Amino acid sequence: MTTTVIRGGRVIDPVEGRDEIADLWMVDGVFAEPVPGQVDRELDAEGMIVCPGFVETQAKLQESGWEEGETIATATAAAVAGGVTSLACLPETEPVVDNRAAVEFIRRQAERTGSCHVFPLGAVTKNRDGEELAEIGQLVEGGAVALTDGKRPIANAEIMRRGLEYSSMFGRRIFDHPQVPELSAGGVMHEGLYSTLLGLRGIPAAAEEILVARDVALAEMTGGSVHLMTISTAASVGLVRRARERGVDVTASVTPHHLVLTDAELQTFDSNCKVDPPLRSREHIEAMMEGLADGTIEAICSDHRPVPIEEKDLELDAAPFGIVGLETMLPLCVRALIDSERLEWPQLIGLLTSGPAHVLGIDRGSLVQGQVADVVVIDPDAEWSIDPSQFRSQCRNSPFGGWQVRGRVEVVFVAGDKAYSREGDA
Amino acid sequence: MSTIPDDQLDRPGGSAWTSKHLLGLEDLSSGEITAILDQAAEFKRCSLESNTKLDLLSGTVVANLFFEPSTRTRTSFSLAAKRLSADTIDFTASGSSLSKGETFIDTARNIEAMGASLVVMRHKSPGAPHLLARRVGAAVLNAGDGTHEHPTQALLDLFTIREKRGSFEGLTVTLVGDILHSRVARSNIWGLKKLGARVIVCGPSTLIPPRIEELGVEVSHRLDDVLAETDCINLLRIQFERQRGAFFPSIREYTHFYGMNAQRLKAARDDVMILAPGPINRGVELTPEVADGPHSVILDQVTNGLAVRMACLYLLHERLRTGVGQ
Repeated sequence: MTTTVIRGGRVIDPVEGRDEIADLWMVDGVFAEPVPGQVDRELDAEGMIVCPGFVETQAKLQESGWEEGETIATATAAAVAGGVTSLACLPETEPVVDNRAAVEFIRRQAERTGSCHVFPLGAVTKNRDGEELAEIGQLVEGGAVALTDGKRPIANAEIMRRGLEYSSMFGRRIFDHPQVPELSAGGVMHEGLYSTLLGLRGIPAAAEEILVARDVALAEMTGGSVHLMTISTAASVGLVRRARERGVDVTASVTPHHLVLTDAELQTFDSNCKVDPPLRSREHIEAMMEGLADGTIEAICSDHRPVPIEEKDLELDAAPFGIVGLETMLPLCVRALIDSERLEWPQLIGLLTSGPAHVLGIDRGSLVQGQVADVVVIDPDAEWSIDPSQFRSQCRNSPFGGWQVRGRVEVVFVAGDKAYSREGDA
Repeated sequence: MSTIPDDQLDRPGGSAWTSKHLLGLEDLSSGEITAILDQAAEFKRCSLESNTKLDLLSGTVVANLFFEPSTRTRTSFSLAAKRLSADTIDFTASGSSLSKGETFIDTARNIEAMGASLVVMRHKSPGAPHLLARRVGAAVLNAGDGTHEHPTQALLDLFTIREKRGSFEGLTVTLVGDILHSRVARSNIWGLKKLGARVIVCGPSTLIPPRIEELGVEVSHRLDDVLAETDCINLLRIQFERQRGAFFPSIREYTHFYGMNAQRLKAARDDVMILAPGPINRGVELTPEVADGPHSVILDQVTNGLAVRMACLYLLHERLRTGVGQ
């Protein structure tokens, strides 16, 4: 029997509604009652927040196919450094995760080389082409926790309808990137004042809202479960809020970068600010904040998308979309939501743990006894400077280099074992 | 052809100019714009009108990097550099940077390694010269970046208007056509507003970008409605190559509403000035009788473009040489 105690921290568990100064016990990799007698490992967490490990709903891992950008080993190392202990990965690999063997490869590779739990997402359609359903049942049997075509929107409404119907048979959710391709084609930024100023092709807010409305309608009709990946507009938040009030099984996430950056950032033409969906204007951010505060949006995800510098460091039209986000998620959330007094810590922790665990349908994101002991210890007041050259991710595509931030991941446990320590003794 | 000595040249623009690069008119003050126009006037007088080559940039290498097809702008820059006695390198390539296997930044750095201190660049992507300016030691001159800015075209438009009208106060300039895809429109709006003109943009609603009013311009969709209040009409070229999909039903319908013809000229002011950045589509934006008629200043624009580009090259060169503003 191996016993670990984290002593004297502010223990927050959004599932149990717990927020108290307490000791947290882990025995043989699961949360447990205090055990009398010998303690094998002990950690003093006075002044720290002790909470469930973060759950990431969508990271692009690049393995297999683009290992020069990231591998499961480097992405999961980045994950734990950012406090993430469970990582769901997009099927945007080569070959695409649209068959059982590909799902099993990711799980095996994660067991061999990963630093945290990896939950594969399977493709909704073969080769993510949006034309024929993939073998969803066998993907689920192989370990896919949900289905998605990643950043390719499921444009065909008939396919989306049948996908929702079919996947509900297996109790799995479909994740859609809501964006009408005809309206977003060629776009590199939010359509608004700044796209007009800069002469850059815009992606209108309506491109997202149309698919959000369609997906809500199809989920309502079929009784299926849909997750709207990283919504970014005010009207999307409103559509999701009303759908949830009606009892439609719809969830939504946002990214931290959409909360701290606006489309005005593109004035520098920095391709690190080119993300999909695009950075929006102030009024959209305001609505996302409200959606997070009232529970309309259940999850914050990093939308980690590594891009090698030689591909990213180009003119905006040519550079791919994406920010490498796992290692900056916490301090950006603190800036956007805690420093602005929008949320209290327990709410923020919920958006990073139990919320995304519910979206994924996995048994994580709480400190309930008997559950796998994934823990993150946070210093909520530590001030530090973001330095992309220190990232554990293989890529550096982040616009946050040099930012002075607050809130730092100190120690991370995965299944009771120390998987990361800022001081380097993990 | 002869050269005149350095000390016999008037340098009205020298002291007001502080920027290292010329990336767009958005970044310039009215003083800097005026500095360029004044310097261009001087070059027009002492070089172009007397067919005199000036010995101001001798020993300097000017690189013209055109990653998008261009004939007149490239030729104009090349000749402007030669009129100032600079050596020139002309590099032309098309296609995306990746398809060529080398990024435009690498290309520019190679050219810089050959000694170029002034890099003139045209690129199809907005912001490309801004990116380059952060990576090279040379001064970067934007010769058009996608649908963003085309500062020297706007400067030559401003020069031409000022030359004929003296001032921008109380002047109404209407930009007609494809505003959405026009770098010329964006640069003109910045320049005209900074110098005090009233600006109307006029075109089909599909080709007017959102929230353009916030740049201080008025929007019209009917050319006939604004003709009577317009002093200068700048007829932007329909950018067939930049348009994806249908922004208007047909050329014929476009011409019906926005084409400048003899009939519209009658409805316009007697002293109306017709500008067009070219290359013009005869019979589309304007009829031949308008293009070649007495109100047209299209060929003056071309001559003035040379003077303006000489001024830009010269001021950037002086700024590099003296380090003013560093």
